[in-house]
Amino acid sequence: MKLKIDIFHKQGPFVLDTNLLLEGSSIGIYGHSGSGKSTLLRCIAGLLRPSVGLIELNNETLFDSDCRVWVPPHKRRIGMVFQDAQLFPHWSVRKNLKSGKAKRTELPYTEEQVINLLQIAPLLSRSVQDLSGGEKQRISLARTLLSYPRLLLMDEPLSAMDARLKSRILPFLDRIHRELAIPTLIVSHDLSEILQLSDRLILLKEGHVAAYGTLDSVVAHDEMAELIQEKDLNQIIGHQLRGRDTTPDFYHERKISH
Amino acid sequence: MINLTPTELSAIGLSLKVAIGVATAVLFPSVLLGWLMARREFPGKILLESLVHAPLVVPPVVTGYLLLMTFGKQGWLGKHLGMELAFSWEGAVLASSIVALPLAVRSVRMAISLVDRRLEETALTLGRSPVWIFLHITLPLAWPGVLGGVLLAFSRSLGEFGATITFAGNIEGVTQTLPLAIFTALQMPGGENQALRLTIFSLILCILSLIISEVLTRKTIHSYEVKDRHFS
Repeated sequence: MKLKIDIFHKQGPFVLDTNLLLEGSSIGIYGHSGSGKSTLLRCIAGLLRPSVGLIELNNETLFDSDCRVWVPPHKRRIGMVFQDAQLFPHWSVRKNLKSGKAKRTELPYTEEQVINLLQIAPLLSRSVQDLSGGEKQRISLARTLLSYPRLLLMDEPLSAMDARLKSRILPFLDRIHRELAIPTLIVSHDLSEILQLSDRLILLKEGHVAAYGTLDSVVAHDEMAELIQEKDLNQIIGHQLRGRDTTPDFYHERKISH
Repeated sequence: MINLTPTELSAIGLSLKVAIGVATAVLFPSVLLGWLMARREFPGKILLESLVHAPLVVPPVVTGYLLLMTFGKQGWLGKHLGMELAFSWEGAVLASSIVALPLAVRSVRMAISLVDRRLEETALTLGRSPVWIFLHITLPLAWPGVLGGVLLAFSRSLGEFGATITFAGNIEGVTQTLPLAIFTALQMPGGENQALRLTIFSLILCILSLIISEVLTRKTIHSYEVKDRHFS
């Protein structure tokens, strides 16, 4: 995936000003509430029109304010999974799964593959209202995957879940990325999720890109020191221990002091 | 058993005919206007809203007079129409529709506003077009409100008086609906009994239409549940 984002968007007092060339298959977006994470995803999906700028996906222009190019969201083939599953309440689980429009002639994976991957076969005969939060989110993921997106955006897909449920869903997200090979952009304010699911990281701060690069390089960035939460320290150190240890000293110091 | 006179029977039949005409006539414009007002921002929106809602505050006689100036035999639009709307039952439908439209639009607008926008956004990211989304997501979810609005217009038209008498007149068997027949009976010496009978029928019809509205709304909600089970 090659995604170029050079946009400026003003919404009241908030300004999103990003200039990025994203390459990779799984990219995390991290930042505090109000840093512009969701706004950035909505601009990429086409749900929000930036004030000015340019968005290109694999050399195809999706938005260019200078040339007045605007590809509407339903023609972008960019899937999005929201914090709430957003299942259509008047339809069955099966019909929800079929609500996506597949625009490809050659499908890279089958419906059965997705159903098996997310282990939702027992849920197909259930009513949407009878599903638990985790089950709803798995159906939502499956529905998005069955619209065969060329890029998958996930906006805090686990934030409405408790820790136990998160630990059950995380492996599914990881498998989507590995087995179906769909480039993914995942937004989270929980660094541990990003560390598990991404190979590159964007650090957003007040609408600006504070850092972008590999997990190691961004985690070691000075700006991270302000954003990092205590609960993430274990994750970071665990992650660093699995790979090359470039953990900045202040992380070790903070960990030791607690 | 109450024996109804031909005049009374005609007034009841005509009222139902006009009310069904109104319910049919307001369906499409109320859905379109309700959706525009709930989901779109455009220049002149406030003006459009004011125009649609004007019949709620403008005296019905004024509405009828304006219709007469527009669609009457010598009206600026009427003289090109090739058919006479004024003083016909179709004219009574038009007058009642204009008066009842704001009620239907308000109900539809409220129903569409209540549909979670994020569902529509989700459908967009699934590759579905705005028209598909409106027909398959927004409208089905707002349907009870749409139905409620149309039935409210039906009920309102049963009680319409001012605009109808001004534009369509009070012609027995042609445009004399229940309220007009009650008015005529009250003008006649000894017509109190007839007025009372028609009043009772008018009340029965209005209450029945409200009960039907409630039953249909519940049925619509129930049908979603059945459909959901059927697909699953």
